[in-house]
Amino acid sequence: MNPVLEVRGLRVVFDGFAALDGVDLTVAEGELRFLIGPNGAGKTTLIDVITGLTRPAAGSVRFDGVELVGLREHRVVRLGVGRTFQTAAVFEELSVVDNLDLAAGFRLPLRSLLRRRRGISDEVAAALETAGLTALADRPAGVLSHGQRQWLEIGMLLVQRPRLLLLDEPVAGMSRDERERTGGLLERIARTHTVVVVEHDMEFLRRYAREVTVLHQGRVLREGSVAEVQDDPRVREVYLGRSKGEAVT
Amino acid sequence: MAALANQLPIGLSIAAVLLLIALGLTFTFGQMGVVNMAHGEFIMVGAYTAYLLQGAVGGQSLLVALPVAFAVAGLLGLLLEWSLIRRFYGRPLDTLLLTWGVSLVLQQLARDVFGAPNVQVTAPAWLVGGVDVLGVRLPHNRVFITALAALCVLGVGLYLAKLPQGRRMRAVVQNRELAACSGIATGRVDRSTFLLGSGLAGVAGVALTLVGPVGPGLGTFYIVDAFLVVVAGGLGRLRGAVLAALALGFLNGYLEFWTDASLAKVLVFVAVIAFLQIRPQGMVALRGRSLG
Amino acid sequence: MSGRISLVLCVVLLAVAPLVLSPFRLGLLAKYLCFAIVAVGIALAWGRGGMLTLGQGVFFGLGGYAMGMHLKLREAGPAGLPDFMVWSGVEELPALWKPSANPVFALAAVVVLPGLVAFLLGLLVFRQRVRGAYFAILSQALAAAFVILLVGRQGLTGGTNGLTNFSRFFALDLTDPGGRRVVYAITAAALVLTYLAVKLVVRSRFGALLVAVRDHEDRVRFLGYDPALVKTITFAASAVVAGLAGALFVPVVGIISPALLGVVPSLELLVGVALGGRFSLAGAVAGAIAVNYAKTLFSEDFPEGWLYLQGGLFVLVLVFAPRGLAGVVEAARDRFRRRPREEVAG
Repeated sequence: MNPVLEVRGLRVVFDGFAALDGVDLTVAEGELRFLIGPNGAGKTTLIDVITGLTRPAAGSVRFDGVELVGLREHRVVRLGVGRTFQTAAVFEELSVVDNLDLAAGFRLPLRSLLRRRRGISDEVAAALETAGLTALADRPAGVLSHGQRQWLEIGMLLVQRPRLLLLDEPVAGMSRDERERTGGLLERIARTHTVVVVEHDMEFLRRYAREVTVLHQGRVLREGSVAEVQDDPRVREVYLGRSKGEAVT
Repeated sequence: MAALANQLPIGLSIAAVLLLIALGLTFTFGQMGVVNMAHGEFIMVGAYTAYLLQGAVGGQSLLVALPVAFAVAGLLGLLLEWSLIRRFYGRPLDTLLLTWGVSLVLQQLARDVFGAPNVQVTAPAWLVGGVDVLGVRLPHNRVFITALAALCVLGVGLYLAKLPQGRRMRAVVQNRELAACSGIATGRVDRSTFLLGSGLAGVAGVALTLVGPVGPGLGTFYIVDAFLVVVAGGLGRLRGAVLAALALGFLNGYLEFWTDASLAKVLVFVAVIAFLQIRPQGMVALRGRSLG
Repeated sequence: MSGRISLVLCVVLLAVAPLVLSPFRLGLLAKYLCFAIVAVGIALAWGRGGMLTLGQGVFFGLGGYAMGMHLKLREAGPAGLPDFMVWSGVEELPALWKPSANPVFALAAVVVLPGLVAFLLGLLVFRQRVRGAYFAILSQALAAAFVILLVGRQGLTGGTNGLTNFSRFFALDLTDPGGRRVVYAITAAALVLTYLAVKLVVRSRFGALLVAVRDHEDRVRFLGYDPALVKTITFAASAVVAGLAGALFVPVVGIISPALLGVVPSLELLVGVALGGRFSLAGAVAGAIAVNYAKTLFSEDFPEGWLYLQGGLFVLVLVFAPRGLAGVVEAARDRFRRRPREEVAG
């Protein structure tokens, strides 16, 4: 299989503390990869480095053979890497459609940007449908619930047609219903996209994950299928065992 | 060469005054997100305090004026904080406009009370003249201003490092919510910061009477440069403010000497922009993990 | 729809003004319109883009001087020198002035010069992610430096007095009420066109992008846009608008001088926008006209009162109506509309 993302020897230091300490990670085309680990394991930092938000002290991130380290954030996005955030960030004053339209238009030249949006493009309509927000299309995004914001953010990712999606804790803070719907959404997306999901929620992991990478103290502890990872005594020790109470909730 | 060296005490004293003014600005900005345009009027208040005391006390009024100006300007700052600014925490742009409105009113008030023309404060005899050290002319008034600023910075440094109030202040600058959670009365810390910062501006005002006349627009003359010190120095950091004030003070002093006053201002501005290309970190907010 | 009706109403009012106002009052109105044009640009940069620019006076001045220099050269004496240069003993036309003799160059410079300066500053500042109050402070420092430079270069710029004594604006005679009426008409047309152009931008995708950058600059990066570029373009556009206003100000008022461009005048340009409502273009225009009208009224009777009023206005608006009068009107309309529904529900 064709590797889309290749992370090699990544090292990130914050004030003398190594948040990532020599991480290697390879994600193949079409994969759905879960990234787990206890708090402070470096999951979000890894995503931050891939997307250009954080500069590593050492190491490389190659996407489709192109080095991402050193590129500014919007350049990374333009190469086809999209991400969401733990706290969904949408543009509250703009309508749901405008949020999606804005995301879809990122390759438009300035001349076209200076025109008014006429109607709703098929792509945006499809994303509205996928995100389940068609009924709220013209409402300002500020009125959306937490779950709806996450779906809107995912929708905004989809209209950008990224080759790699990075989702940072998409179900954190969601109700059981919302988690179900998000899981369904994730399955649908994963059919046609390469996806990396950072997640804490173990139940969600068991239901939807295929490949799992466990991070611990800035290093890769284990990689494998859900079953393999769950059976690994080291993983149990650092993660599953200790935080079972929290994980099952 | 001698001329070059003689410019040294001038640059140093410009830096000293800028620093006294910028200290209050950088702490109120760093700690409360308040951009206080009325800060310049605290300088003016300090200067007019010196002027009034000269009439009342006479001869050695300067030494009396320093603590009195600190108190008057400080209390005025406290009043401003209590009456208006505390409603605007975390909205720097709004505080900027709000305090500019206040500054207009204060300036007009000064014009109505003291008249529009400048007034003069006579320096005490022991500050007139100067000494020659290794061929460099050191005017007494410039040396005094520099020493005064050094003393104030030392005081602020000790306050921040040693006194419980100062440590609380540092805590609030670094993380307001965490400080509040740990039981620090942030409101009280904010008020003491305002008192301290405004008071120092008042002291700067007294110092300025030694090198020039006093007028209602005195503050506007210095406030822009002082804000540049804050921008270049980074937020709420004593060391940054000191370094930036020194850099801008000397730059101002020497550029004015080499070119002229009008070109110097433009070059200083260009220098600050150029500096930002190399080190914007000082002024960019720390990047957090979430973008919320 | 009601917006379009009020727009037509305003255009009609502007059109009948020359018929009912004395030449003096018409001149004053034209001056207010110049400030209203600047206000449109400020509302774009500040209201939509979140960039509080305290240096609009610089761009106003660049446009004004570009125009003033050309007009001065058209009226130059036998040596080809503007009057003030003769007085300050300049003997040869400075190289900086020479291109201004060309009307095409001068008219282009009116918009290109402010646009270019703003674009450069914007690029250098926004790319480094210097924003918010830092940007405001830097733009203010630019205004301070600009004025000191103008004052200091007496022979080149006319110093404190600036450029004044204009008797003609191209083919128009500025001493004649008829000529001044045409200048008014040009200014009014410029305001309407600027307003419409900026309105189009605000309603376009770019307008949405601008609001997105204002509210969540960091998030916009992850949509693949460069927020620095968006802000720079907007800032430059607001500077171009200010330059245009400055150029019109010269024939309207007959002077361009440093006293009109410094730190304080730049902030004064904001008063109207803050009062009218920075989020509303129409509010900004109305606010700018109202504040400058009030300034004229006060300056005629008791000038020292004006500073109290202006300072007080800032404080009152920010404490009681941060969204300006347009915000107050909006809130009232919302309440008015919501009430019947609540009665149904109740």
